[in-house]
Amino acid sequence: MRKKNVPQDSGILDRWHEIKYAIDDDGCYVLAPSVGWEPANIANKQAWELISKQLDDVIKRIQAQDLSPLAYYMVKNQMDIRLLAKYVRLSRWRVRRHLNPAAFRRLKTSILERYAKTFNVSTEQLFDVPESSIFDNGPK
Amino acid sequence: MVPNSLKINFVHRQSAHCESGVAANLLSHHGINISESLAFGIGAALFFGYFPFIKINGLPLTTFRGATGQILKRATKGLGVQAKRHRFRDPEKAMNALDRIIGQGIPVGMQTGVYWLPYFPPALRFHFNAHNIVVYGKEGTEYLVSDPVFDEPVVCSRTDLIKARFAQGALAPKGKMYYLTRVPDHVDIAMAIVRGIRDVCKTMLKIPFPLIGVRGIRFLARQIANWPEKLGESRASLNIGHVIRMQEEIGTGGAGFRFIYAAFLQEAAEILGEKRLLNISKRMTEIGDRWREFALFGVRNCKGRALEGNTYPAMADILLDCANQEDKLFRDLADLIS
Repeated sequence: MRKKNVPQDSGILDRWHEIKYAIDDDGCYVLAPSVGWEPANIANKQAWELISKQLDDVIKRIQAQDLSPLAYYMVKNQMDIRLLAKYVRLSRWRVRRHLNPAAFRRLKTSILERYAKTFNVSTEQLFDVPESSIFDNGPK
Repeated sequence: MVPNSLKINFVHRQSAHCESGVAANLLSHHGINISESLAFGIGAALFFGYFPFIKINGLPLTTFRGATGQILKRATKGLGVQAKRHRFRDPEKAMNALDRIIGQGIPVGMQTGVYWLPYFPPALRFHFNAHNIVVYGKEGTEYLVSDPVFDEPVVCSRTDLIKARFAQGALAPKGKMYYLTRVPDHVDIAMAIVRGIRDVCKTMLKIPFPLIGVRGIRFLARQIANWPEKLGESRASLNIGHVIRMQEEIGTGGAGFRFIYAAFLQEAAEILGEKRLLNISKRMTEIGDRWREFALFGVRNCKGRALEGNTYPAMADILLDCANQEDKLFRDLADLIS
């Protein structure tokens, strides 16, 4: 890649730059800052669209009393049962049980706190699920 | 006890890849002034692996880098530098150990999960656990962090740093930290370069496992050609998008790594006084451009509007071409330095 061809397509890096190695007119390598490249931006956007879609599905199922609010925070934090179980140091089957609305409502505070701490929210917030996935973590 | 405020005089140099950047910056701090690309080459950082049985966000792992810590391990070994590495079970102990070492004025490198690093742009916050940073001081409860893929040093609170150091899942860092302990007065860079080249040729050509090196690239190429049939259009598109993210998103990079390696070969040509390496560097640049072409093709599928029908076989062809060219290049390189 030539230095003058180093892409400058902003999208995912906010105010930051990434370093690209490119050749100058003499064929020598130089370091060139870049604000991003469109194909990388598109691939990134695709990943967030998937998360957003999963989140919409899970919100619908929570509203239908099919899943507990815990499912929302799990998906919002891009986790599955296996990963979440590791973070809260509980067995997978217990986490799976807590995805049941009735079981979740009966949870004692100490367990709720583990979840809350993992997700960086308060224990009260754990029971709050937005109406739809206005995804505040994604790009833009 | 560590004073509440402490700042080691550490020079932050931005780099293209986190681990080679950390290695170069730590070595430079200790008096071995080397560029990122030189650390990348000496650390034999070029790699390819496709591991469909390891999932990141539910998608198969394609990696362009070796096991974490390998670059620094090989670079220090090659240069005769001694380094210490620790892993921890207990976050408290991990942070105390960190405080103790920076308290001695030694910058500490560590492995972290990017999901928990607050300064990361939101769009890049995925559960990726092999990100390397340097901590070079603290101010109250904030740690001073030199994250080599960012323009400037940043800060990270103790709470967030604990979470990042004890991120869970694939490639969990387990509190891993490392620092240099002894640096020789004289280092033989030329020797280290030759060793680094030899190591890379070996991983790319000779590992008897079909998912690694040039064979791994060919394996992935064959898989990609079948993805639309095997997985359906939408899953295939997600898989391709994932490969491209692993290839092009900040700090990793398949094409980018080829360019760093080409830069290393130019430096090596000068240090070793071996003109023929310049030609190989040029070929490596061309291969890097091919990888970029692959990404360009790939995203057309991510957008869900493949232009001329099915582009998967075309992408597979580009990858096969990359594999063939790299195969030849590493053979020539191995011959040249042997």
